[in-house]
Amino acid sequence: MSTSTTDVVPTYVPLKGNVSFAGVLGSEWVKLRSLRSTVWSLIAAVGILIGLGLLFSFAIVSRWDRLGAGEKLRFDPTAITLRGVFLAQLAIGVLGVLIIGGEFATGMIRSSLAAVPRRTPVLLGKAVVFGLVTWVLMTASAFIVYFAGQAVFSQKHVQSAISDPGVLRAVFGAGIYLTLIGLLGLGIATLLRNSAAAISTLVAIVLIVPILVSFLPSNWVIHIDKWLPSEAGMTMLTVRHDPAQLSPLAGGLVLTGYVVVVMGFAIWDLKRRDV
Amino acid sequence: MISAVGLTKEYGGKKAVDDLTFTVQPGIVTGFLGPNGAGKSTTMRMAIGLAEPTSGSITVNGQAYRGLKAPLHEVGALLEARAVHTGRSAYNHLLALARTHGIPAKRVDEVIELVGIRDVARKRVGGFSLGMGQRLGVAVALLGDPATLILDEPVNGLDPEGIRWIRDLLRHLASQGRTVFISSHLMAEMSQTAEHLIVVGRGHLVADEPVQAFIERASGGSVVVRSPQASQLSPLLVAAGAQVVTTSEPTVLNVTAMEAAQVGEIAGHNQLFIHELFTQRASLEEAFMELTADDVEFSGSAE
Repeated sequence: MSTSTTDVVPTYVPLKGNVSFAGVLGSEWVKLRSLRSTVWSLIAAVGILIGLGLLFSFAIVSRWDRLGAGEKLRFDPTAITLRGVFLAQLAIGVLGVLIIGGEFATGMIRSSLAAVPRRTPVLLGKAVVFGLVTWVLMTASAFIVYFAGQAVFSQKHVQSAISDPGVLRAVFGAGIYLTLIGLLGLGIATLLRNSAAAISTLVAIVLIVPILVSFLPSNWVIHIDKWLPSEAGMTMLTVRHDPAQLSPLAGGLVLTGYVVVVMGFAIWDLKRRDV
Repeated sequence: MISAVGLTKEYGGKKAVDDLTFTVQPGIVTGFLGPNGAGKSTTMRMAIGLAEPTSGSITVNGQAYRGLKAPLHEVGALLEARAVHTGRSAYNHLLALARTHGIPAKRVDEVIELVGIRDVARKRVGGFSLGMGQRLGVAVALLGDPATLILDEPVNGLDPEGIRWIRDLLRHLASQGRTVFISSHLMAEMSQTAEHLIVVGRGHLVADEPVQAFIERASGGSVVVRSPQASQLSPLLVAAGAQVVTTSEPTVLNVTAMEAAQVGEIAGHNQLFIHELFTQRASLEEAFMELTADDVEFSGSAE
């Protein structure tokens, strides 16, 4: 390049425009779509949610005639199609962690916070963009797998209808649950500033702790189990209410409460600590 | 203008930056010089709000960075540790930062062109050489066309052509009236790029003066005279205000506080023979090492 610098920075015309939350949202959208890892995590979550739901549906139908009467009685055509949530929550949770964990690991967080020194908008912007993208994709996937699954069950005339009590709420619940788990991962990663530690913590909270709790004396379990984030949140996906658990609304609010508390600590900590 | 007042940063009771007070003026390139671990990066991180001072303050144009409404338009920063996600392309990195301030994508193309990374702008930053990474960092700093630039070791990793490029660029930016503050641990580099120096060692301020003054003070330019009549010349020089130190050789004098020309003139007026007369300067690196010797954090000798 032979152009001299004098030609290329000829004017000193200040570009004006302050930091705005809309701008931060735009920035976070660029960040989200410009990393292969985030795009692939989302594709994986969609694939898992739809693929596993269909797999379970086909498995049930193929063995339907050989199922016992008790099994047939317990059969919940909505819940089966949403089984993929158990695994999809890992993909979404890990993505929530990576959204900010990747910035701490690479040093990108310094660029982000130098551009937005108030800091809070950066985390909130991530939460909004990632939360919205996750919610839209997971809700759409949940509806796709629900309807596809019912089409499978219709071979045996055991399908549910979206208008049946609790079904619409359960399908919406899947998208909401996954979004909240992703935000939980985002908050934990902001606090721990380390992706590996944050993923371990999230997996422990969502998958391991419920198993450990189940080993407690049974009269304790019924008091503790229903308050765990994943147990409380999963009530949103149930059509048949288990009296040992919270109601879907209460359970959803409990999980939301955990997310709000963790995000609150994350904002406080992000503003306070050096990067 | 950047002002530090009593700026102090402690990490676990250890002072990384200790009571620094200095001002960086617009219109010139100001070098921030010190050995590794002297607190330069910490100071710069405090200037752009990434680290909070334990006490004291550092402000840009009288404002704390954290309170700026449009930081990228006021201060452009290049951070030493590459502050870029390695999985993202240079273009998207710049675009993401531009979006926060509503800076148009056209400006992103402009700075990419300006720093000469157009060919690799769509490639992932993880594969960049150190030099390309530095150029991307400069592009980030210039994105908002800021009046103040804070660049941590901008020369690091650049090839000779790149070094000349950045020197010209920095001088040009300063000539436009911008405040340009760059750090380095290389004295020779600073002497060619900066006009003013702020020197630190182990968190302390060692010097705050024009480059030329620092070099002269630090290298303590002494004049060496060889004369068969040294014993006669010596008192004459002292009478004229010089300081004279005799050396192991009786015919050689070491003269300070007087230029070589004046020494020669005094000898001439008094008809004294001179066989040799020259100014001896310590190298810049030596001078720098000497001035910061007491302030180097890790010395080779066991204590």
